[in-house]
Amino acid sequence: MSVPRRIGLRAVALFYLAAVLVGPLAMVFYRAFDRGAGHLWDSLSDPNAIHAFKITLILAAIAVPLNTVFGVVCALAIVRRRFPGAGIVNAIVDLPMALSPVVVGLSLFLLYGRTGWFGHWFQAHGVQILFALPSMVIATVFVSLPFVAREVVPTLREIGDEQEQAAHTLGAGGWTTFWRITLPAIRWAVIYGVVLTTARCLGEYGAVAVVSGHIEGQTETATLRVQDAYENFDLAGAYGISIVLAVMSVIVLVAMTFLKPKEATS
Amino acid sequence: MSIEISNVSKRFGDFQALDDVTVDVGTGSLTALLGPSGSGKSTLLRIVAGLEWPDSGEIRLAGEDATALTPQKRGVGFVFQHYAAFKHMTVRENVAFGLKIRKRPKDEVTRKVKELLDLVQLQGFGDRYPAQLSGGQRQRMALARALAPEPNVLLLDEPFGALDARVRAELRVWLRRLHEETHTTTVFVTHDQEEAMEVADSVVVMNRGRVEQIAGPRELYDAPANEFVMSFVGQANRFGDSWVRPHDLEVALSPNGTTREAMVERVTHLGFEVRVELARDDGEPFAVQLTRDEAERLELERGQIVYVRPIRETTFA
Repeated sequence: MSVPRRIGLRAVALFYLAAVLVGPLAMVFYRAFDRGAGHLWDSLSDPNAIHAFKITLILAAIAVPLNTVFGVVCALAIVRRRFPGAGIVNAIVDLPMALSPVVVGLSLFLLYGRTGWFGHWFQAHGVQILFALPSMVIATVFVSLPFVAREVVPTLREIGDEQEQAAHTLGAGGWTTFWRITLPAIRWAVIYGVVLTTARCLGEYGAVAVVSGHIEGQTETATLRVQDAYENFDLAGAYGISIVLAVMSVIVLVAMTFLKPKEATS
Repeated sequence: MSIEISNVSKRFGDFQALDDVTVDVGTGSLTALLGPSGSGKSTLLRIVAGLEWPDSGEIRLAGEDATALTPQKRGVGFVFQHYAAFKHMTVRENVAFGLKIRKRPKDEVTRKVKELLDLVQLQGFGDRYPAQLSGGQRQRMALARALAPEPNVLLLDEPFGALDARVRAELRVWLRRLHEETHTTTVFVTHDQEEAMEVADSVVVMNRGRVEQIAGPRELYDAPANEFVMSFVGQANRFGDSWVRPHDLEVALSPNGTTREAMVERVTHLGFEVRVELARDDGEPFAVQLTRDEAERLELERGQIVYVRPIRETTFA
C-alpha cells in the first residue's frame, strides 16, 4: 500500500472514532465542569444520586456472580456433556444479545404485571416484583446473561478434555478436577466474561427502565437518573452522573486491555 | 496386577469399535496393542482405564470386577499421545498432582517427585512450565506424573506417536528399561509394528474391532495366524495362495526349473539392507530384501531380468 493511501486510511479511521466515540465523551466531560466543580459535586452528592449509584451497584453485585456461575455451568454443559438439545441451549444463551432490552422489559412487565401469569400469584402473597428491586434484578440478569458463557465456550473447546481425563486417572474426582484443572485453564475467559458482564450491568437502561417505574430515591439506577435529570433540565446533574458511569467504563476497558494479552499467552 | 478383558464390545453410533474382544494381560508383562487406525486399540485401552464404558463385557483388574469403577478408583496410570500436560502447573506440580490428591505428607511428595524427575531425566526442569519443554521432555513428564501414585497398571496411548523418529527410538529403549526396573504391568497402544516388536513381550494384533492374534514378537512374525497378521506385521509378498517374506526370496541371474522371471524396477540401498522392487511376468509388483554383499554380487540394475525362488512360504487355509 502506498504511503499517502495508508495515511488516508488512518485519517478516516481516526476521524470516525473521534466523531462517534471521543467527541461525545469529551463533550460530556466538558459540560459537566461547565458550571464548576462545586456544582458537579452538589449534583453527585445529592442523596437521590447516591441512592441511584447504590441501586446500580446492588444490581451488578447480584447479576454478575449469578451470571458468572450460570455462564460457567452452562458452558460446561454445552461443551462437555453430549445431551439432546445442546445446540438449542447454545442458541438460546445468545438470545439476550439479539433481543432489544425494551422488549425484555416489556415481556417481564407482562409476566409480572397485575394480569400476568406470575404477577397474580405474587400479588396474592404480598410480594412486590414490578416497580421494585426484584424485577430490576431479573431484567439485569437477563440482559447480562450471555457474556461469561460466550467467552468460556470457545476456550473449553480449545483446551479439550484430555487434561480432565488425565486428572481423573490420577485419582481426582469431578469437583477436584473442576477446581484444580478446568477452572485454572479457563480463568482468563471467565475474568474477561465477568468484565463484560459488569460493563453491561452498569450500563443497562432499556429493560430496567420499563420495569422499575423510575421512582426517584427508590427504583432509580444511575442510568435512569441521567435520563430523569436531563428531562428535568438538570443538565449538570445528568453530565455528572454520566461522567462517573463513563469513568467506570474506562476502568473496565483498561482492565480488559490488560487482561487480553495474558489470555493470549496462557 | 493382571488385566482380564472378557467379551468386550463397544459401538460409536454405526461404528463397531470393539467386537467381542477377550484379552488376558499377565501381571508384570509389557504388552502392545497393535493395529491400523480404527482397529479399536485405543478404545480398548481407554475402556481398561475407565475413560470409556463398554456396551457389554467385563474388565477385571487383579481378579476384581472393575467394569463399573470410575477411572479414579482403578489405580491405573495413563499416558496420552498429546501429553495432556497441566499447562498452568510447573513440571514439579504436574508430577506431584496425583500425590497431593491423595493427601500424602509434604516431605514424602517432595522426595517422590525428586526421585521421579531423576528417573525421567528431568532434573533441573522442575520449575519450568510444560510450554517450555520439548515434546520428548513433555512425554517423560507425563510418564513421571502417571507413575507418581504408584499405579498397578501403566497404560500408554500411542505415547511416542507425536514425536520425531530419533526421540521415539530413545524413548522406546527407555520405556523397555523402565519396565525392567519397575515390573509394572504395562500396556501400550501403537500402530507401528516395529515399535510393538521392539518394546513388547507380548503383542495383541487388532483389526476392525477384533483380536487377530496374541503372541510374542517372534511367533507373530514366524507364525502369523492369518493373512492380516502376515501382511500387517512385517512385509510380505503374495504369490498365488502363499505368502513370502521379502528376505525369504532367492534371486538368481539364470533360471532353473522352479524359478520365476521378474524385472528389477528399483534398487534402494539402506545400509546393510538392500531393498529391491521387482515386477513379476504378470506385472504384479513385489519386494525382495538382500544383504549388501548379495546385492553387490548380483550387480542388480533397473530393467534387468532376474529369476526368483521362494525359500520359505506360508499358506493359510
